Amino acid sequence: MRVLGKGLIDRATPVGFTFDGVRYEGFEGDTLASALLANDVRLMGRSFKYHRPRGVLTAGSEEPNALVTVGTGPAQDPNMRATVQEIYEGLEARSQNRWPSLAFDVMSVNDLAAPFLGAGFYYKTFMWPRAFWEKLYEPVIRRAAGLGALSGDPVEDRYERAWAFCDLLVIGAGPAGLMAAQTAARAGLDVILADEDARMGGRLLAERHEVGGTSGPEWVASMLEDLGGMPNVRLMTRTTVTGAYDQGTYGALERVGHHLPRAGHRPLETFWRIVAKRAILAAGALERPVAFANNDRPGIMTAGAVRAYLNRWGVSPGRAVSVFGNTDDIYRTARDLKSAGVHVAAVVDARADADAPIDVPVYKGAVVCDSAGGKHLESITIRTAGREEKISTDCLAMTGGWNPTVHLTCHMNGRPAWRDDILAFVPRPDAIPGMEVAGACNGAMSTAACLREGAEAAGGIVADLGKSVSELDLPEAEDDPYRPAPLWHVPGKGRAWLDFQNDVTVKDVRQAAVENFRSVEHMKRYTTQGMATDQGKNSNVAALAVLADATGRAIPETGTTTFRPPYAPVAMAAMGSGAQGKGFAPERFTTSHKATVERKAPMIEAGLWYRPSYFPHPGEDTWRQSCDREVGYVRNAVGICDVSTLGKVDIQGPDAAKLLDFVYINMFSTLKVGRVRYGLMLREDGHVMDDGTTARLAEHHYVMTTTTAAAGQVMAHLDFVHQCLHPEWDVSFTSVTEQWAQFAVAGPKSRALLNNLLDLPLDDATWPFMACGEISVAGIKGRLFRISFSGEHAYEIAVPARYGDSLFRLLVARAEGMEGGAYGMEALNVLRIEKGFITHSEIHGRVTAFDIGMERMVSAKKDCIGKVMAARPGLMDPERERLVGLKPAGATKQLTTGAHLFAQGADPVRLNDQGYITSVGFSPSLGSMLALGFLKNGPDRYGETVKMVDHVRGIEALCEVVNPVFFDPEGGRVRG
Amino acid sequence: MRFSGLRVLKEGLTGNKGWGPHWRDPEPKPDYDIVIIGGGGHGLATAYYLAKEHGLTNIAVLEKGYIGGGNVGRNTTIVRANYTMPGNSEFYSHSLKLWEGLEEDLNYNVMHSQRGVINLFHSDGQRDYAARRANAIVNQGDDAQLLDRARVKKMLPYLDYDNARFPIYGGLYHPRGGTARHDAVAWGFARGADRRGVDLLQNCEVTGIDIEDGKVTGVQTSRGPIRARKVGIVVAGRSGQVAAMAGMRLPIESNILQAFVTEGLKPCIDHVVTFGMGHFYISQSDKGGLVFGGDLDFYASYAARGNLPMAEHVMEAGIALMPMIGKARVLRSWGGIMDMTPDGSPIIDRTGIEGLYLNGGWCYGGFKAVPGSGHAFAHLMATERYHENATKFRLDRFRDGYGLMDEEGTGSQHNLH
Amino acid sequence: MRITCPICGERDSREFSYRGADVALRRPSPDASEAAWDDYVHLRDNPAGVTRDLWHHAAGCSAWVVVTRNTVTHEVLETQLAADEVRA
Repeated sequence: MRVLGKGLIDRATPVGFTFDGVRYEGFEGDTLASALLANDVRLMGRSFKYHRPRGVLTAGSEEPNALVTVGTGPAQDPNMRATVQEIYEGLEARSQNRWPSLAFDVMSVNDLAAPFLGAGFYYKTFMWPRAFWEKLYEPVIRRAAGLGALSGDPVEDRYERAWAFCDLLVIGAGPAGLMAAQTAARAGLDVILADEDARMGGRLLAERHEVGGTSGPEWVASMLEDLGGMPNVRLMTRTTVTGAYDQGTYGALERVGHHLPRAGHRPLETFWRIVAKRAILAAGALERPVAFANNDRPGIMTAGAVRAYLNRWGVSPGRAVSVFGNTDDIYRTARDLKSAGVHVAAVVDARADADAPIDVPVYKGAVVCDSAGGKHLESITIRTAGREEKISTDCLAMTGGWNPTVHLTCHMNGRPAWRDDILAFVPRPDAIPGMEVAGACNGAMSTAACLREGAEAAGGIVADLGKSVSELDLPEAEDDPYRPAPLWHVPGKGRAWLDFQNDVTVKDVRQAAVENFRSVEHMKRYTTQGMATDQGKNSNVAALAVLADATGRAIPETGTTTFRPPYAPVAMAAMGSGAQGKGFAPERFTTSHKATVERKAPMIEAGLWYRPSYFPHPGEDTWRQSCDREVGYVRNAVGICDVSTLGKVDIQGPDAAKLLDFVYINMFSTLKVGRVRYGLMLREDGHVMDDGTTARLAEHHYVMTTTTAAAGQVMAHLDFVHQCLHPEWDVSFTSVTEQWAQFAVAGPKSRALLNNLLDLPLDDATWPFMACGEISVAGIKGRLFRISFSGEHAYEIAVPARYGDSLFRLLVARAEGMEGGAYGMEALNVLRIEKGFITHSEIHGRVTAFDIGMERMVSAKKDCIGKVMAARPGLMDPERERLVGLKPAGATKQLTTGAHLFAQGADPVRLNDQGYITSVGFSPSLGSMLALGFLKNGPDRYGETVKMVDHVRGIEALCEVVNPVFFDPEGGRVRG
Repeated sequence: MRFSGLRVLKEGLTGNKGWGPHWRDPEPKPDYDIVIIGGGGHGLATAYYLAKEHGLTNIAVLEKGYIGGGNVGRNTTIVRANYTMPGNSEFYSHSLKLWEGLEEDLNYNVMHSQRGVINLFHSDGQRDYAARRANAIVNQGDDAQLLDRARVKKMLPYLDYDNARFPIYGGLYHPRGGTARHDAVAWGFARGADRRGVDLLQNCEVTGIDIEDGKVTGVQTSRGPIRARKVGIVVAGRSGQVAAMAGMRLPIESNILQAFVTEGLKPCIDHVVTFGMGHFYISQSDKGGLVFGGDLDFYASYAARGNLPMAEHVMEAGIALMPMIGKARVLRSWGGIMDMTPDGSPIIDRTGIEGLYLNGGWCYGGFKAVPGSGHAFAHLMATERYHENATKFRLDRFRDGYGLMDEEGTGSQHNLH
Repeated sequence: MRITCPICGERDSREFSYRGADVALRRPSPDASEAAWDDYVHLRDNPAGVTRDLWHHAAGCSAWVVVTRNTVTHEVLETQLAADEVRA
């Protein structure tokens, strides 16, 4: 019910929203929880396991009960905390984990079966019959479990990531955080003040404390005005600092748009990476519920939440409110309620000796031991010295004391320390390097102490960073002592809840201890205590106390579980924003991309690049037809292919040759200027890293090419070799992959084509096979390499990238006039298979130079990377699977990649496995399928017939083992 | 006490008063036949199979913290046998067969759920390798199917088929793969070992390994010295440190692997799905949380926690592959310490010290191996012979180069996996 | 994690790629013993504590950097250019 004259809401601005289809009205400034309570809606959710009816427990992000789904379709957000979700006009929220309705939930029968569903019950049953687990038990469990649902639609909302840097990050804008921020900002530090709430001020918004002679909210407003006017301060509301990471990096989630209707490009959330020289944690404290029988009924909530709803939102969660607890907060709560005109039915003080300066029925040395009611609270039972009394009440405000919000200080494995005087864990100093802790999260429970600690922590940091602090001017505020008495669990019959969402009771924890799950981690994992969406924020310490009691240990001796990031859950879409669809990885386009797409070539991914698969012609129905035609261009006329995606490294300096000799197995210092050589590169472990050609353009100038896939790896490798092994070498290199557009011009008519194009014609004497040099085309200086990946007379012509598009169009047009044309990756693959040339299909990381028949290329005259390890006996074993060619030799003419090889007649099982096929293509030139593969002792088995078995495609074929060079084995064509 | 549905029913009707400890907490004895260092999944399984298969019961498992507190309690719970390389193939096949009888064997429901693993591929080249791998799985006698894009779409309709940076070409489907409840595996083996007389000694940290004349004689612990004829080191994540107590250097670097779980959600992902292009894999737990992970953080670390770059990358991969999961909220992230070997495959072997054995190097694939590893290591420790399905996990394979098992093809030197 | 590149200054670790222990700087001669090579390529101290390892500022200036840091706390103690160290 709304209370007149209370709260910080804007009563001039009513806001309409729906919950489970019913329209309600609240005010600007309301959360969904406060607005529902104002409308006397108590039942907001169902628990996880027993589907017990639940109302709101807290007024913050730690809420375990009031989880709702907001929105529908692509905008559907499950598990939103009603206590955090602000209302806006048109907000649509629905309850979850219930069927068919929140009020009548069929699954609540689970509650009746509770005796059989206690801690760890599933480990002891559902084992028979075995097949029933996947088919029956597990589906039933899965359907019953879970909370809200994803819509199944792709997310369309916008999310962002951002970076921020500051001298000081202040986490929490309550009294401690505000004082800290002001102290640091006035001293000139760049400050970010982040607070999870929509409104800064922390508990000052929820209490009736005065600060510096004005009301709490007024003091907060004046502080924010001061801070907001400083250019070195950034105020971030609705921003939860979610994690503390190394070297002052913090993750933070800003809820940018959840409180507003969707509009424009405004993101829903922004995930921040905040890099801070120093940080102050001023995150306050979280109140503990008390475990007593049926303490989970809607209407039972923390006392701090009751005061927050009353003082901040002008809502009383009940009409006859009782208060129960172990600190003076119970009197504070009763006074606040009374002054707002709310009837206080009873104050139950677990302490016998406290002052009771209030005009309501007070039960001292008493406890609440049970509650009654259906879907909301109707009465509680109070036990005083063995006498029980039932009183009518529709809301119980309970407090078991406060837990400092230590979570972030545990993110680097820090363990908090137990303080007996406040019965709580507090952070240990320096748990996070560079972070100070101030205020309630440090165990300072009065407003005055919070103000003081905030100012002092900031003052220390200011001094550390070499600035000076102006005179500290602390406002006056309450400094009431905080003296909780132990109150974890009220003994008695009935189930007393610890973890509300996961339905973990005191009995469950005790049962775990009986079954020897006595370690706190065992207890947690066995009972699921603390594993719900609040990660035990509401329940861990009480559960620990119960476990300590059950095992006869003290609480600090019992230990704690570990809080890990994030402090509050973060949407994957926020932390991974930008990656949906094409955003996942950069797209690299060659200069011929546009012309290629215009020719309707299907593009395929090659690393981050896109390359054409084939260039379809009218009348061709399959890719094979196009591919065969394109192979024919190269074999019979001239084909054009963009090869710019290959890595190109420009290497210069007097020691360039030394570098190349050291990274390649073969020699490059002996390469003549104006010549190109094929090179093979190993990793230090002796396996092949990459291959490619390297051209010597001048005495001290080489250009290396790498495969498309390994370009980055090779660059890092060259950097490593130079900087880490031979920094004395005078050599420089840089990647020029993007600077040059390079095209293969391949086929018997390639020279003819080029001679019509180049400013100076080519001839065999000056441009033999493996020659290279500068050329000029239409007045543009370029480079030409007479190299071939097809076995034909061929060239690669390179021009500065800005001319790539026009040169490609020109080359293709000329080729088409000569019965040739462009060819794609499919044809390129067939051409190279016909010649037995390898790609990363063959050099797949596990092969050696020996395996691909190149061991004789290893120069004996020099050391090179990988040489020693390649000589290990296991890497030179003839029994290794080594490169061979394979041709169909039986009725089945089809060969398939990924098939395994067996001796004829052998069972196709692992023990008989002799190898596998890595590449397959149909050779139009030879009229047959051809394959490359690896076969045990392969090169010694040419002529033998083996069996290829592809189980998963259902193909078996006999193959003849042959030399992998199928086409033109003498190599005459390449020189022709 | 035997667990069963009937027993749960009976106890439920009588106030659940009859349940007892799942295992004892005995005092250390001064002398054991065999001491297993490490009370994780592999160590507990080793002890269990030593007792069950070889009748050896004078055994202690020494755990510095609580049993199951290491990687067996912080992984992404995937169980599969879909390997390519000889050595791995037969071993994981063996392990999966043990999984399939585990609940009956242990009388403990470890919730082994054979919901199927699908490894997606995104290019012709990846399909080719998937086919090679699938055929290797079938050669081994296990199950694999090559799914085309249409079948993947039918099974996983929620992937991005329209606008993905790396389009989905198909998937390698391994129907017998799945998940299990990780903690329960440790507890089930612990209970099974305890019932056969094995002493599980928690909070018992090994501080030294006693070696005389090249032969192990026992260990020093935080609970006093313990003599033993044989000692097995089963502490993956910390192998290097424990081996150093015996003066050994290992081919192992410790790296961090992060994992993540979201808030509970109604069932939406029914398989284990892996996305190699993004180093991302995911399944949904029976409680409804999406459990997923990615690649290593890629730096040597014992901190058991990671940093944002990889966490963000994992989220990127997740929403790129499955744009419907963007609104799932990550509830918890954690890190495990991975024993990374040069070739990415494990070690189950003797050491140069008589009576000292090593089981480690599980990289990021140890969970599925738990039963097989325990079984094979117990066989080696009891019989001095390699188990027939674990002959290739030699410690000296890197030195001689025989039988390297570089499953990913990234190399057999450090920091390439 | 943030690492100070001696050339570029303090940067997020995502700009770097990792190589592992700085043992990689001390490559044995080609005729060194099998054991020396096994040590170089495979065996590691793998300390829980201070270690020195190699990071490549791949998304920055391409410098290889020797980072002295703690594997338990992730504290970074010192960074220097690998080339400087090898030359010294």
